[in-house]
Amino acid sequence: MIWAPLAPEIALLSAACLLLIIDTLSRDEKRRLTYWLGLAALILSAVLVLAFSPLEPVVLLHGHYVSDPMSAVLKEAICVITIAVFFYAYDYFEEHGLLQGEFFVLSLFAVLGMMVMVSAHSLLTVYLGLELLSLSLYALVAMHRDSPTASEAAIKYFVLGALASGMLLYGMSMLYGVTGTLELPAVSAVIAQEAGRNLILVFGLVFVIVGIAFKLGAVPFHMWVPDVYEGSPTAVTLFISSAPKIAAFAMAIRLLVDGMAPLVSDWQGMLIILSLLSMAAGNVIAISQTNIKRMLAYSTIAHVGFLLLGILSGTRTGYAGSMFYVLVYALMSIGAFGMVILLGRHRFEADRLDDFQGLSRRSPWFAFIMLILMFSMAGAPPLIGFWAKWFVIKEVIAAGYVWLAVLAVTFSVIGAYYYLRIVKLMYFDEPTHLTALKASQEMRFILSLNGLAVLLLGFMPGLLMAVCVQAMRM
Amino acid sequence: MIVQAIFYFFAAVLVLSAALVITVRNPVHAALFLVLAFFSSAAIWLLLEAEFLAIALVLVYVGAVMVLFLFVVMMLDINLAPLREGFARYLPLGIAVALLMAVAMGLVVASGYFDARFPPRAGEAGPAASNTLELGHAMYTDFLYPFEIAGAILLVAIIAAIALTMRKPRTLKTPRPEKQIVARREERVRLVKMEAEKR
Repeated sequence: MIWAPLAPEIALLSAACLLLIIDTLSRDEKRRLTYWLGLAALILSAVLVLAFSPLEPVVLLHGHYVSDPMSAVLKEAICVITIAVFFYAYDYFEEHGLLQGEFFVLSLFAVLGMMVMVSAHSLLTVYLGLELLSLSLYALVAMHRDSPTASEAAIKYFVLGALASGMLLYGMSMLYGVTGTLELPAVSAVIAQEAGRNLILVFGLVFVIVGIAFKLGAVPFHMWVPDVYEGSPTAVTLFISSAPKIAAFAMAIRLLVDGMAPLVSDWQGMLIILSLLSMAAGNVIAISQTNIKRMLAYSTIAHVGFLLLGILSGTRTGYAGSMFYVLVYALMSIGAFGMVILLGRHRFEADRLDDFQGLSRRSPWFAFIMLILMFSMAGAPPLIGFWAKWFVIKEVIAAGYVWLAVLAVTFSVIGAYYYLRIVKLMYFDEPTHLTALKASQEMRFILSLNGLAVLLLGFMPGLLMAVCVQAMRM
Repeated sequence: MIVQAIFYFFAAVLVLSAALVITVRNPVHAALFLVLAFFSSAAIWLLLEAEFLAIALVLVYVGAVMVLFLFVVMMLDINLAPLREGFARYLPLGIAVALLMAVAMGLVVASGYFDARFPPRAGEAGPAASNTLELGHAMYTDFLYPFEIAGAILLVAIIAAIALTMRKPRTLKTPRPEKQIVARREERVRLVKMEAEKR
């Protein structure tokens, strides 16, 4: 079967269309059926990804689609992360009276867009996958129509996202103009033949990098991140902060490594600047935040800085380190936002830092889970977050940028302050009230699993790292 | 020769109408000039033997998008006075930015870096060649995957538009036929006997 590698995408698209019809016909106010079928669709595509994971790259559909070990690992991760997102989101929407079947349908389309990006083999596919993902996300942010902050966040996200897409497309048009092909390896091959530096190529590269930086949320293209994270319903923030980052990482690898590898010395310098600024601004501004969603937004920016470290080292092991980082980051991020959802009550968002005061009295177990997540984000050994930082910093040193590694460690020490402040609030401050946590059994179970995964993976980082190295082999 | 004359005619109309779109005061007139601009560019596309694109432009943009646009412009009744405020104040800055951009564009275009080497110029295809056929072939073979994704994107746009604008049926003031037909006369009509008033 020549089409077999496409099975996860085909299944997901069919399932999303089917779910749309079923949701329209369903009269259930609780949207139970939509929720479970959405989960089933994700599990099905995760299984199909596993079943058809290739050992060698397979290029299909006239060079627009590729299925390789990297795409298989990233797709699997996207599906698993989104399954967890669904569990958290259902609880949130039910508690806040925002249940709409469209959340699940649009999320499935967003996952499809991410899969398209991950498996992109041509400039056109990268762009279309990105648009499919972004359009779904804009709509998800705006879903809570009666909230002015959500509408504001949606408009900001939409306008800046459209601008970034335009930049990316502009850069791609230049690349196409110079190389005369859309296929990424062919673009790379033509660039390699090019004698000397071609100015249009560098122009194109700059615009493409701006597009990637916007989507990742790297400084100085990070303006949308805090507002969108704060304004969106927490369940949507949770989604935006996790799986799409994996897709953006894939986009960066596809465009920079697959498509513009001969220009590595050009994009390395640009990424160093983005990375440094992101780590500095993210970690320092996060300290002054009082809203936890905003704080986590700046923490995301800082993590993106670290993520770029691996890519800019320009080696296969460096890319593997970045891949490890993005997977770990997505896992920690859904955990942290899951805690915000857990603490929320009916029509009340627990999004201030003070809401975490004295959590250890109210629920020692979940205070412990949050403790693991925060320590891991800060990069304390032996948690998985430490290993993520360790691998990328090792690669940066191997690439010869010792000063960059020193700065990265310094910024992560600065960053540790605001993560530990939450631990202090939970364990050493008096609670303002002692109401029990209100959350479904599923939510509690998945969140505990999430926290424990961060803890246990920290004891065997080699396992995940081996997968990443294997995926990045080619 | 005649082809060149036709080209210059439509190009002049295009430039003129495009300039009028942003200078006329009446928004309805602006929209109509935009229609004219689309129409002239469709004519230029026809000269380039891109007949499918030309027809699509007329059908989609002139026929559908601009008509909708006109409706919106007519219905909204926008007050333009506040929009024009501060025009004189920002004019110097605007001119400076425009000049800067013109110089930058001139430098880039004159540098020769943007010489089009790819793709090679298409030759004259002759009257038998069908643009629509070629596009169709490309779309359903080489570009099938992007075409399918574009379809999914449009579907997402429809879902998003409906999800964001449609209110729940209970907030709509629609009549309930099933309640209307079970209504009995006694519930609705009350006959009151009144004394005749004295004059």
